Amino acid sequence: MTTALKEWPLWEIFVRSKQGLEHKHCGSLHAADAAQALDMARDVYTRRQEGVSIWVVESKAITASNPDEKGELFDPAADKIYRHPTFYDIPEEVGHM
Amino acid sequence: MSAAIDYLLHLADNALVLGQRNAEWCGHGPILEEDIALSNVSLDLIGQARLLYQLVATLKGGNTTEDRLAYFRDSGDFRNYTLLELPHHGPLSGYAQSSMDYGTTIVRNFLYSALMALLWEALENSANTDLAAIAAKSLKEVRYHLRHSRDWLVRLGDGTDESHARVQASLDHLFPYTQEFWAQSPAEAAAVAAGVGVDLLTLKADWDGIVDAALAEATLQRPVVEGYVTEGKKGLHSEHLGFLLAEMQSLARAHPNGNW
Repeated sequence: MTTALKEWPLWEIFVRSKQGLEHKHCGSLHAADAAQALDMARDVYTRRQEGVSIWVVESKAITASNPDEKGELFDPAADKIYRHPTFYDIPEEVGHM
Repeated sequence: MSAAIDYLLHLADNALVLGQRNAEWCGHGPILEEDIALSNVSLDLIGQARLLYQLVATLKGGNTTEDRLAYFRDSGDFRNYTLLELPHHGPLSGYAQSSMDYGTTIVRNFLYSALMALLWEALENSANTDLAAIAAKSLKEVRYHLRHSRDWLVRLGDGTDESHARVQASLDHLFPYTQEFWAQSPAEAAAVAAGVGVDLLTLKADWDGIVDAALAEATLQRPVVEGYVTEGKKGLHSEHLGFLLAEMQSLARAHPNGNW
Protein backbone atom coordinates (compact mmCIF):
# COMPACT_ATOMS: atom_id res chain seq x y z
CA MET A 1 0.00 0.00 0.00
CA THR A 2 1.23 3.46 -0.85
CA THR A 3 -0.05 6.76 0.46
CA ALA A 4 -2.71 8.34 -1.69
CA LEU A 5 -1.64 11.33 -3.75
CA LYS A 6 -4.09 14.17 -3.27
CA GLU A 7 -2.67 16.02 -6.27
CA TRP A 8 -1.13 14.31 -9.25
CA PRO A 9 2.02 15.92 -10.62
CA LEU A 10 1.95 17.80 -13.91
CA TRP A 11 3.67 16.38 -17.01
CA GLU A 12 4.72 18.11 -20.20
CA ILE A 13 3.94 16.15 -23.35
CA PHE A 14 6.09 16.06 -26.49
CA VAL A 15 4.86 14.34 -29.63
CA ARG A 16 6.72 13.50 -32.83
CA SER A 17 4.52 13.46 -35.91
CA LYS A 18 4.96 10.99 -38.74
CA GLN A 19 6.91 13.43 -40.92
CA GLY A 20 8.46 15.33 -38.05
CA LEU A 21 12.09 14.92 -37.12
CA GLU A 22 11.77 16.15 -33.56
CA HIS A 23 9.35 15.90 -30.68
CA LYS A 24 7.31 19.05 -30.26
CA HIS A 25 5.70 20.28 -27.09
CA CYS A 26 1.93 19.94 -27.42
CA GLY A 27 0.54 20.41 -23.92
CA SER A 28 0.48 19.08 -20.40
CA LEU A 29 -1.61 16.81 -18.22
CA HIS A 30 -1.84 15.46 -14.68
CA ALA A 31 -0.87 11.83 -14.03
CA ALA A 32 0.28 9.73 -11.09
CA ASP A 33 3.54 8.63 -12.73
CA ALA A 34 5.45 8.58 -16.02
CA ALA A 35 3.91 5.36 -17.35
CA GLN A 36 0.41 6.67 -16.76
CA ALA A 37 1.30 10.06 -18.25
CA LEU A 38 2.42 8.24 -21.41
CA ASP A 39 -0.87 6.33 -21.72
CA MET A 40 -2.93 9.42 -21.04
CA ALA A 41 -0.92 11.42 -23.56
CA ARG A 42 -1.71 8.73 -26.11
CA ASP A 43 -5.42 9.19 -25.48
CA VAL A 44 -5.44 12.96 -25.19
CA TYR A 45 -2.88 14.07 -27.79
CA THR A 46 -2.60 11.36 -30.47
CA ARG A 47 -6.23 10.32 -31.04
CA ARG A 48 -6.32 12.10 -34.38
CA GLN A 49 -3.13 10.49 -35.70
CA GLU A 50 -0.96 13.37 -34.53
CA GLY A 51 2.00 11.25 -33.60
CA VAL A 52 4.15 8.14 -33.77
CA SER A 53 6.24 8.77 -30.66
CA ILE A 54 5.64 10.41 -27.29
CA TRP A 55 7.94 11.83 -24.62
CA VAL A 56 6.70 12.86 -21.21
CA VAL A 57 8.68 14.85 -18.69
CA GLU A 58 7.59 16.02 -15.28
CA SER A 59 7.01 19.77 -15.44
CA LYS A 60 9.05 20.42 -12.33
CA ALA A 61 12.11 18.95 -14.07
CA ILE A 62 12.09 21.83 -16.52
CA THR A 63 14.06 24.93 -15.59
CA ALA A 64 12.68 27.94 -17.40
CA SER A 65 14.10 31.37 -18.07
CA ASN A 66 12.56 34.19 -16.10
CA PRO A 67 10.17 36.34 -18.16
CA ASP A 68 11.34 39.41 -16.18
CA GLU A 69 14.83 38.90 -17.62
CA LYS A 70 13.58 38.86 -21.18
CA GLY A 71 15.21 42.22 -21.92
CA GLU A 72 18.75 41.35 -20.95
CA LEU A 73 18.53 37.79 -22.29
CA PHE A 74 17.00 38.27 -25.71
CA ASP A 75 16.80 41.90 -26.79
CA PRO A 76 20.57 42.29 -27.38
CA ALA A 77 20.29 39.79 -30.28
CA ALA A 78 17.78 42.01 -32.08
CA ASP A 79 20.29 44.21 -33.92
CA LYS A 80 22.88 41.56 -34.73
CA ILE A 81 21.55 40.75 -38.15
CA TYR A 82 25.05 39.64 -39.24
CA ARG A 83 24.48 36.50 -37.16
CA HIS A 84 21.98 35.31 -39.72
CA PRO A 85 23.79 33.58 -42.55
CA THR A 86 21.78 35.45 -45.16
CA PHE A 87 24.62 37.41 -46.77
CA TYR A 88 26.05 34.50 -48.69
CA ASP A 89 25.25 33.31 -52.19
CA ILE A 90 24.62 29.60 -51.92
CA PRO A 91 25.80 27.61 -54.95
CA GLU A 92 22.93 26.00 -56.74
CA GLU A 93 24.30 22.47 -56.37
CA VAL A 94 23.88 22.80 -52.58
CA GLY A 95 20.14 22.99 -53.03
CA HIS A 96 17.77 23.95 -50.26
CA MET A 97 19.28 24.87 -46.91
CA MET B 1 -24.21 -19.22 -43.54
CA SER B 2 -26.65 -19.05 -40.63
CA ALA B 3 -23.92 -20.31 -38.29
CA ALA B 4 -21.74 -17.39 -39.36
CA ILE B 5 -24.58 -14.87 -38.93
CA ASP B 6 -25.44 -15.95 -35.38
CA TYR B 7 -21.78 -15.92 -34.40
CA LEU B 8 -21.11 -12.52 -35.97
CA LEU B 9 -24.14 -11.07 -34.20
CA HIS B 10 -22.81 -12.38 -30.90
CA LEU B 11 -19.47 -10.65 -31.51
CA ALA B 12 -21.16 -7.47 -32.75
CA ASP B 13 -23.62 -7.25 -29.85
CA ASN B 14 -20.77 -7.73 -27.37
CA ALA B 15 -18.92 -4.78 -28.88
CA LEU B 16 -21.99 -2.54 -29.20
CA VAL B 17 -23.34 -3.12 -25.69
CA LEU B 18 -19.97 -2.63 -23.99
CA GLY B 19 -19.32 0.36 -26.25
CA GLN B 20 -22.59 1.90 -25.08
CA ARG B 21 -21.71 1.22 -21.43
CA ASN B 22 -18.28 2.82 -21.80
CA ALA B 23 -19.86 5.80 -23.54
CA GLU B 24 -21.90 6.46 -20.40
CA TRP B 25 -18.70 7.86 -18.87
CA CYS B 26 -18.47 10.53 -21.56
CA GLY B 27 -18.64 13.82 -19.70
CA HIS B 28 -18.65 12.01 -16.34
CA GLY B 29 -15.12 10.58 -16.16
CA PRO B 30 -13.24 10.83 -12.87
CA ILE B 31 -10.62 13.00 -14.59
CA LEU B 32 -10.48 14.59 -18.03
CA GLU B 33 -7.85 12.18 -19.36
CA GLU B 34 -9.89 9.11 -18.35
CA ASP B 35 -13.02 10.64 -19.80
CA ILE B 36 -11.25 10.80 -23.16
CA ALA B 37 -9.68 7.37 -22.73
CA LEU B 38 -13.03 5.68 -22.13
CA SER B 39 -14.62 7.56 -25.01
CA ASN B 40 -11.79 6.26 -27.21
CA VAL B 41 -12.43 2.70 -25.99
CA SER B 42 -16.14 3.15 -26.62
CA LEU B 43 -15.61 4.41 -30.16
CA ASP B 44 -13.24 1.52 -30.90
CA LEU B 45 -15.92 -0.94 -29.76
CA ILE B 46 -18.72 0.74 -31.68
CA GLY B 47 -16.47 0.76 -34.74
CA GLN B 48 -15.95 -3.00 -34.36
CA ALA B 49 -19.70 -3.49 -33.98
CA ARG B 50 -20.37 -1.50 -37.14
CA LEU B 51 -17.99 -3.61 -39.23
CA LEU B 52 -19.56 -6.82 -37.91
CA TYR B 53 -23.14 -5.59 -38.44
CA GLN B 54 -22.25 -4.50 -41.98
CA LEU B 55 -20.91 -7.99 -42.62
CA VAL B 56 -24.09 -9.57 -41.22
CA ALA B 57 -26.21 -7.21 -43.34
CA THR B 58 -24.31 -8.28 -46.45
CA LEU B 59 -24.76 -11.97 -45.61
CA LYS B 60 -28.46 -11.58 -44.83
CA GLY B 61 -29.20 -9.40 -47.82
CA GLY B 62 -32.65 -7.90 -48.38
CA ASN B 63 -33.23 -4.61 -46.62
CA THR B 64 -31.07 -5.45 -43.60
CA THR B 65 -28.72 -2.62 -42.63
CA GLU B 66 -26.32 -2.10 -39.74
CA ASP B 67 -28.75 0.42 -38.24
CA ARG B 68 -31.66 -2.01 -38.36
CA LEU B 69 -29.55 -4.58 -36.53
CA ALA B 70 -28.37 -2.15 -33.88
CA TYR B 71 -31.52 -0.12 -33.32
CA PHE B 72 -34.52 -2.24 -34.27
CA ARG B 73 -33.90 -5.52 -32.48
CA ASP B 74 -35.21 -6.07 -28.97
CA SER B 75 -33.54 -7.38 -25.85
CA GLY B 76 -34.33 -11.04 -26.60
CA ASP B 77 -32.64 -10.77 -30.00
CA PHE B 78 -29.35 -9.52 -28.58
CA ARG B 79 -26.61 -12.10 -28.21
CA ASN B 80 -24.09 -10.31 -25.96
CA TYR B 81 -22.63 -11.69 -22.76
CA THR B 82 -24.69 -10.70 -19.71
CA LEU B 83 -21.47 -9.37 -18.15
CA LEU B 84 -21.33 -6.54 -20.70
CA GLU B 85 -24.82 -5.12 -20.11
CA LEU B 86 -24.52 -4.75 -16.32
CA PRO B 87 -24.48 -1.21 -14.92
CA HIS B 88 -21.30 0.34 -13.50
CA HIS B 89 -21.92 -0.86 -9.96
CA GLY B 90 -22.56 -3.89 -7.83
CA PRO B 91 -25.67 -4.26 -5.68
CA LEU B 92 -26.55 -0.76 -4.43
CA SER B 93 -27.83 0.24 -1.04
CA GLY B 94 -30.55 2.87 -0.74
CA TYR B 95 -28.06 5.49 0.40
CA ALA B 96 -25.42 4.86 -2.27
CA GLN B 97 -23.79 8.13 -3.30
CA SER B 98 -23.26 7.20 -6.93
CA SER B 99 -24.42 4.60 -9.42
CA MET B 100 -21.16 4.95 -11.36
CA ASP B 101 -18.22 3.05 -9.89
CA TYR B 102 -15.06 3.37 -11.92
CA GLY B 103 -13.54 0.18 -10.48
CA THR B 104 -16.49 -1.83 -11.81
CA THR B 105 -16.02 -0.34 -15.27
CA ILE B 106 -12.30 -1.11 -15.16
CA VAL B 107 -12.74 -4.71 -13.95
CA ARG B 108 -15.30 -5.45 -16.64
CA ASN B 109 -13.16 -3.91 -19.39
CA PHE B 110 -10.22 -5.92 -18.13
CA LEU B 111 -12.01 -9.30 -18.00
CA TYR B 112 -13.51 -8.81 -21.47
CA SER B 113 -10.39 -7.31 -23.09
CA ALA B 114 -8.27 -10.18 -21.80
CA LEU B 115 -10.64 -12.56 -23.59
CA MET B 116 -10.87 -10.55 -26.80
CA ALA B 117 -7.10 -10.03 -27.06
CA LEU B 118 -6.90 -13.82 -27.36
CA LEU B 119 -10.04 -14.33 -29.44
CA TRP B 120 -9.33 -11.67 -32.06
CA GLU B 121 -5.84 -13.09 -32.49
CA ALA B 122 -7.27 -16.57 -33.03
CA LEU B 123 -9.97 -15.22 -35.37
CA GLU B 124 -7.31 -13.84 -37.70
CA ASN B 125 -7.32 -17.43 -39.01
CA SER B 126 -11.09 -17.63 -39.42
CA ALA B 127 -12.42 -19.34 -42.55
CA ASN B 128 -14.49 -16.19 -43.07
CA THR B 129 -11.89 -13.84 -44.53
CA ASP B 130 -13.97 -10.72 -43.78
CA LEU B 131 -14.11 -11.70 -40.13
CA ALA B 132 -10.37 -12.39 -40.19
CA ALA B 133 -9.77 -8.84 -41.47
CA ILE B 134 -12.01 -7.33 -38.78
CA ALA B 135 -10.12 -9.42 -36.21
CA ALA B 136 -6.77 -8.04 -37.35
CA LYS B 137 -8.02 -4.45 -36.98
CA SER B 138 -9.74 -5.10 -33.66
CA LEU B 139 -6.74 -6.89 -32.16
CA LYS B 140 -4.66 -3.70 -32.08
CA GLU B 141 -7.51 -1.81 -30.45
CA VAL B 142 -8.22 -4.41 -27.80
CA ARG B 143 -4.56 -4.73 -26.88
CA TYR B 144 -4.70 -1.10 -25.86
CA HIS B 145 -7.99 -1.61 -23.98
CA LEU B 146 -6.32 -4.44 -22.08
CA ARG B 147 -3.29 -2.31 -21.32
CA HIS B 148 -5.46 0.56 -20.11
CA SER B 149 -7.77 -1.51 -17.90
CA ARG B 150 -4.97 -3.70 -16.55
CA ASP B 151 -2.97 -0.63 -15.59
CA TRP B 152 -5.89 0.79 -13.62
CA LEU B 153 -6.70 -2.60 -12.10
CA VAL B 154 -3.19 -2.74 -10.65
CA ARG B 155 -3.29 0.89 -9.52
CA LEU B 156 -6.63 0.49 -7.77
CA GLY B 157 -5.89 -2.96 -6.34
CA ASP B 158 -2.41 -2.04 -5.13
CA GLY B 159 -3.51 1.47 -4.17
CA THR B 160 -5.14 2.65 -0.97
CA ASP B 161 -7.21 0.54 1.45
CA GLU B 162 -10.33 2.16 0.02
CA SER B 163 -9.50 1.55 -3.65
CA HIS B 164 -8.36 -2.02 -2.89
CA ALA B 165 -11.57 -2.90 -1.07
CA ARG B 166 -13.76 -1.36 -3.75
CA VAL B 167 -12.07 -2.99 -6.73
CA GLN B 168 -12.03 -6.36 -4.94
CA ALA B 169 -15.80 -5.97 -4.43
CA SER B 170 -16.21 -5.22 -8.16
CA LEU B 171 -14.19 -8.31 -9.00
CA ASP B 172 -16.27 -10.47 -6.65
CA HIS B 173 -19.43 -9.09 -8.25
CA LEU B 174 -18.41 -9.51 -11.90
CA PHE B 175 -16.24 -12.63 -11.93
CA PRO B 176 -19.13 -15.15 -11.78
CA TYR B 177 -20.40 -13.71 -15.08
CA THR B 178 -17.21 -14.82 -16.85
CA GLN B 179 -18.45 -18.41 -16.55
CA GLU B 180 -20.56 -17.62 -19.61
CA PHE B 181 -17.37 -17.31 -21.70
CA TRP B 182 -16.68 -21.01 -21.30
CA ALA B 183 -20.17 -22.46 -21.74
CA GLN B 184 -20.37 -23.00 -25.48
CA SER B 185 -23.69 -22.01 -27.07
CA PRO B 186 -25.18 -23.90 -30.05
CA ALA B 187 -24.38 -20.86 -32.24
CA GLU B 188 -20.74 -20.95 -31.18
CA ALA B 189 -20.53 -24.71 -31.68
CA ALA B 190 -21.91 -24.34 -35.21
CA ALA B 191 -19.45 -21.54 -36.00
CA VAL B 192 -16.54 -23.59 -34.67
CA ALA B 193 -17.65 -26.57 -36.76
CA ALA B 194 -17.78 -24.33 -39.86
CA GLY B 195 -14.26 -23.03 -39.18
CA VAL B 196 -15.63 -19.51 -38.73
CA GLY B 197 -15.41 -19.34 -34.95
CA VAL B 198 -12.95 -20.36 -32.28
CA ASP B 199 -13.56 -22.75 -29.39
CA LEU B 200 -13.01 -20.49 -26.38
CA LEU B 201 -12.01 -23.40 -24.17
CA THR B 202 -8.78 -23.58 -26.18
CA LEU B 203 -8.04 -20.02 -24.96
CA LYS B 204 -9.00 -20.49 -21.31
CA ALA B 205 -5.54 -21.38 -20.01
CA ASP B 206 -4.10 -18.23 -21.61
CA TRP B 207 -6.96 -16.10 -20.24
CA ASP B 208 -6.36 -17.54 -16.76
CA GLY B 209 -2.69 -16.65 -17.14
CA ILE B 210 -3.41 -13.02 -18.07
CA VAL B 211 -5.97 -12.63 -15.29
CA ASP B 212 -3.95 -14.34 -12.56
CA ALA B 213 -0.79 -12.36 -13.35
CA ALA B 214 -2.67 -9.06 -13.22
CA LEU B 215 -4.55 -9.97 -10.04
CA ALA B 216 -1.29 -10.99 -8.34
CA GLU B 217 0.29 -7.66 -9.29
CA ALA B 218 -2.84 -5.86 -8.08
CA THR B 219 -2.79 -7.84 -4.76
CA LEU B 220 -6.38 -8.94 -5.49
CA GLN B 221 -7.94 -12.32 -4.74
CA ARG B 222 -9.40 -14.28 -7.63
CA PRO B 223 -12.97 -15.17 -6.60
CA VAL B 224 -14.03 -18.81 -6.66
CA VAL B 225 -16.99 -18.99 -9.01
CA GLU B 226 -19.78 -21.50 -9.13
CA GLY B 227 -23.53 -21.59 -9.49
CA TYR B 228 -25.75 -19.98 -12.10
CA VAL B 229 -24.19 -19.43 -15.50
CA THR B 230 -25.72 -16.50 -17.37
CA GLU B 231 -27.00 -17.00 -20.92
CA GLY B 232 -26.99 -13.55 -22.48
CA LYS B 233 -25.46 -14.96 -25.64
CA LYS B 234 -28.58 -17.11 -26.05
CA GLY B 235 -30.81 -14.05 -25.64
CA LEU B 236 -31.65 -14.52 -21.95
CA HIS B 237 -30.65 -11.20 -20.43
CA SER B 238 -30.72 -9.35 -17.14
CA GLU B 239 -33.22 -6.52 -16.69
CA HIS B 240 -30.43 -4.02 -17.33
CA LEU B 241 -30.20 -4.60 -21.07
CA GLY B 242 -33.73 -3.29 -21.67
CA PHE B 243 -32.89 0.07 -20.09
CA LEU B 244 -29.62 0.29 -22.00
CA LEU B 245 -31.36 -0.45 -25.31
CA ALA B 246 -34.20 1.98 -24.53
CA GLU B 247 -31.72 4.82 -24.23
CA MET B 248 -29.55 3.72 -27.14
CA GLN B 249 -32.39 2.97 -29.57
CA SER B 250 -34.96 5.64 -28.75
CA LEU B 251 -33.67 8.28 -31.15
CA ALA B 252 -33.45 5.93 -34.13
CA ARG B 253 -36.92 4.58 -33.35
CA ALA B 254 -38.44 8.05 -32.99
CA HIS B 255 -37.08 8.97 -36.42
CA PRO B 256 -36.95 5.75 -38.45
CA ASN B 257 -34.86 6.10 -41.62
CA GLY B 258 -33.69 9.51 -40.41
CA ASN B 259 -30.40 10.82 -41.67
CA TRP B 260 -27.92 12.80 -39.61
